[in-house]
Amino acid sequence: MSDVAVKAKDAAPPAGGASKTADALAARLDVLTLPKGGFTAAARADALARLQAMGLPGPRDEYWRYTDPRAFNAPIPAPIPIEDKAPDSPLFIDLDAIRLIFVDGVFDAAESSDLSGEGLEIDLLSQADQSGSHWAADLYGVLETAGQTPVKRPFAALNTLAAAEGVLIRVTGKPSKPVHILHRRASAEADVTWHHVIRLEEGAELTLLETGMVGARSNGMIEADLAKGAKLHHIAAKRAGHQKLGFSATFARVAAEAQFKSFNLSVNGTLMRHEGVIEFVGDDAVAHIAAAVLGDGAKGPFHHDDTVFVTHGAERCESRQVFKKVLKNGAKGVFQGKILVKPGAQKTDGYQISQALLLDEDSQFLAKPELEIYADDVVCSHGSTTGALDETALFYLRSRGVPKERAIVLLVLSFLADALAEVEDEDLRSQINGRLEAWLTRRAKV
Amino acid sequence: MLKIDNLHVKLEDHDKQILKGLSLEVPAGQVHAIMGPNGSGKSTLSYVLSGRDGYEVTEGAASLDGQDLLEMEPEERAAAGLFLAFQYPVEIPGVGNMTFLRTAVNAQRKRRGEEEMSAGDFLKVVREKAKALKIDAEMLKRPVNVGFSGGEKKRNEILQMAMLEPRMCIMDETDSGLDVDAMRLVADGVNALRSPDRSFLVITHYQRLLDHIQPDVVHIMADGRIIRSGGPELALEVEKNGYGDLLTEAG
Repeated sequence: MSDVAVKAKDAAPPAGGASKTADALAARLDVLTLPKGGFTAAARADALARLQAMGLPGPRDEYWRYTDPRAFNAPIPAPIPIEDKAPDSPLFIDLDAIRLIFVDGVFDAAESSDLSGEGLEIDLLSQADQSGSHWAADLYGVLETAGQTPVKRPFAALNTLAAAEGVLIRVTGKPSKPVHILHRRASAEADVTWHHVIRLEEGAELTLLETGMVGARSNGMIEADLAKGAKLHHIAAKRAGHQKLGFSATFARVAAEAQFKSFNLSVNGTLMRHEGVIEFVGDDAVAHIAAAVLGDGAKGPFHHDDTVFVTHGAERCESRQVFKKVLKNGAKGVFQGKILVKPGAQKTDGYQISQALLLDEDSQFLAKPELEIYADDVVCSHGSTTGALDETALFYLRSRGVPKERAIVLLVLSFLADALAEVEDEDLRSQINGRLEAWLTRRAKV
Repeated sequence: MLKIDNLHVKLEDHDKQILKGLSLEVPAGQVHAIMGPNGSGKSTLSYVLSGRDGYEVTEGAASLDGQDLLEMEPEERAAAGLFLAFQYPVEIPGVGNMTFLRTAVNAQRKRRGEEEMSAGDFLKVVREKAKALKIDAEMLKRPVNVGFSGGEKKRNEILQMAMLEPRMCIMDETDSGLDVDAMRLVADGVNALRSPDRSFLVITHYQRLLDHIQPDVVHIMADGRIIRSGGPELALEVEKNGYGDLLTEAG
């Protein structure tokens, strides 16, 4: 147990005072081995204070209305057996990339690429944190702290407090290769927390890929700071049948004329929640966040929650939220998305769509789209739909001789196409589409 | 080739009877046209023959080359040689036209026990057929029917027909939504596909399509059955006098 954790136990109970919540937080913190010292010390201490003040979320918290957070609160996750043989190789494995391998959250230097690259600096959080100063000190926990208003995000604070590892990337140019973070599992009990900090200097560009299998439970975070004219494209694709309990959060601060794009592909898992918190701080910037989710409850519960908060704090910025979920066998999908347009953020162009394709009557999609606008010259819209397969389209394909199972695969891919379109790179998009098709085809046969 | 005998069909969820004893035979190599007022059951006939859900056959039979169509799934009917050109072809975003076509061609081949077409061979054939049908190669790269004009959608149906090489083609009001030039292009495509082994059942409201696709036989359909059959002159008679006299005559 670390010094910080000892302090946590002795601290006052959370505001609101429920001793049960305080006990749950104490129990959660008690088993953590927290990093010590380094440039993150102050941020971690702040995170602990925030966490003590807000406590862990409960099922009655408004922000967790559709997703029961208690499995994330448990001190130790239940072990998840490691499959002997994964049916697919990780995505993007043949790509020429700077590849960083993490096994149960621990960096594997022998398997990874050289961390140097033209136009970018890459450090590991665990190593850099030994030094007294680092560029990431100005960012670590900073965007997460800012993102705690107006909504409390305890698991994000927990992440800042507890992350033992992560990647610190500072981009000054336009690297020719993407950075590919690849997670692997070795232990059935792994409870992995990682925290990446990414800083793109003016005009810099980076494609960041994240794939692989994470632990029995995970808590991952990205804090991304984009300077003027920078472009960050983040694509995450976790493998099927793994990462049974997963919380992740992305905090992005987007300066003038910068572009932040993220795409998240998710298949299975027991309980998954991703929070995206994007803030425009400069004019003429762009942020697109998209997700494609395949949820099949055949082998156990599936619950996937995307919760997004986009703040337009500057003029002429464009935001897009495109979330598509395909659910079957009792799978449950959740989308909570908000566009906040601050006073003065004129000419805002904000759009949000969340759609679910229910392949049976047992599955469920819950959506809470929101707009809050304090400027008078904006174009903002949102929409949410839940539906079944289009019977006419299904018949059209079958009338051409396409077998029913295959026709359903094609229609599901068609449904997901809008989200996939947010992956600009044709090769990456094609690889993701191919993987989706393989998964869907395999499952159609089960 | 196509044989329909005393076909009675009702909507699955309603008691409404739509086809009321329809009988029809289309021999190999012939083009038959079906005309009739709205609500006479023309589109229902095309859907029932191709296997769309939502209809219940209460009596009668339909076969293609002796195979019982009504016992088959839609994809089996397609592999048996039946093709329905849709009145309103469906848009399928995110699925490339080429991918769809190749999937359909090879699925049918596989079901018939034939060897699947290689990517190279398929590409060669589809390019040749598209060129013959004056279909822009760019159209092949786009998602199925997405952003296509009415004429492009119908030409895409003809391309599918050309690639799948069916024995029996049913064309459900192919002329709807087409201008004169587009109709001529579609008709040219159909005429190019006419052969002694292939038959057509052309469902249409108007005689004008039949100016370009000369039928061997014209059937007039009303209230779920064929009330009169004749040569191409029957279509001209309908164009001139409407259905009134024919309906009165049929009682």
